[in-house]
Amino acid sequence: MEHYLSLLFKAVFVENLALSLFLGMCTFLAVSKRIPTALGLGLAVILVQTITVPVNAVIHRYLLQDGALAWLGPGSGLAELDLSFLGLITYIGVIAAMVQILEMTLDRYFPALYQALGIFLPLITVNCAILGGSLFMVERGYSLAESTVYGFGTGLGWALALVLLAGIREKLKYSDVPSALQGLGITFITTGLMAMAFMSFSGIQL
Amino acid sequence: MNTSDTKLVVEPIVDNNPITLQILGICSALAVTTKLAPAITMSIALTAVIVGASVIISLIRRHMPSSIRIIIQMTIIASLVIVVDQVLRAFAYELSKQLSVFVGLIITNCIVLGRAEAFASKNPPWPSFLDALGHGLGYSLILVTVAAVRELLGSGRLLGVPVLPLVEDGGWYMPNGLMLLAPGAFFIIGLMIWAIRTWRPQQIERPEYRIHIVHRTEPG
Repeated sequence: MEHYLSLLFKAVFVENLALSLFLGMCTFLAVSKRIPTALGLGLAVILVQTITVPVNAVIHRYLLQDGALAWLGPGSGLAELDLSFLGLITYIGVIAAMVQILEMTLDRYFPALYQALGIFLPLITVNCAILGGSLFMVERGYSLAESTVYGFGTGLGWALALVLLAGIREKLKYSDVPSALQGLGITFITTGLMAMAFMSFSGIQL
Repeated sequence: MNTSDTKLVVEPIVDNNPITLQILGICSALAVTTKLAPAITMSIALTAVIVGASVIISLIRRHMPSSIRIIIQMTIIASLVIVVDQVLRAFAYELSKQLSVFVGLIITNCIVLGRAEAFASKNPPWPSFLDALGHGLGYSLILVTVAAVRELLGSGRLLGVPVLPLVEDGGWYMPNGLMLLAPGAFFIIGLMIWAIRTWRPQQIERPEYRIHIVHRTEPG
């Protein structure tokens, strides 16, 4: 249990996908103007991440890894196959399918949220935070339970950073920013300051 | 090339830059720019992928059912990225190790899917090719500039060649470690956007709120 707690803490704070690994930046900067939209996208990312990372973990373990097809039996001649070069295309296929299902569900049951997310919902597919989560899971060889915790934690950390930035930007609207720095420019500098704050978590271990 | 073709290539380089104006493809712009050499490799890899993907998607645009278009586009992009990744491993192994997961993450670079979705799936191959080339170059320009600044200020070198003599080698330059860390990258791109928008004021975003002074109390 402690192991999972420590993994969760690390995924949310120490190795925050957005602020220390720069993953998912495009969506992070573009959808952080308002707290409600940020919350909606954050929830979508947590959902997609919690599902795709364990699914990819299972696919990696039983289909792609070196010698993963051994469960088919020694006679099949497939036991020595190493399909790990197909990893990228498989993970992205799983992610794209999940996003498309989510898109249809939102369109059907939450049309307002669907409208608010606009082009950024299909772009969750190309959110590097999602693919990055799966790639890190493969690199570190997490088990199914670990990868579920890791997927949830990274999604939560990303959503947390997004909502925090949206909160800052809502206040920032009323401040007097130099005109050429308006919007995107000041957002970058704010994110830089947030990244410096999150650096203080590095080195903490539970 | 007529003028509209030239416009397709030139416009995304400064006036409609994918990174500084459209906010796309930022992850890699921040992550691979601690040194110049990986940034140049990354730019070439991305330009190759975006041009290939746009042309292929534009060729099959009439045959794609719209409900599964994202999966088709991602499959095409992912296949191209696997090719680029294998080529890099074969011919530039050291560089491909430095770039590590970020070559794979070209798949999720929003510029590539963004152009496929917004331009290539609606236009014939030749304009799609030019548009993709323009966006690739616009991305490369920002990446190379950021990497040059970070490598120069962060370690006093360019492409690994010492430019500013460091204090520890008896010179005068004290390297600024912040440039090599995450926040440094954010600050540099923020300042670059400031500079570009001061030069091209039409890119300035309109403020959502303007503070009006309703009445003023005069002193005395």
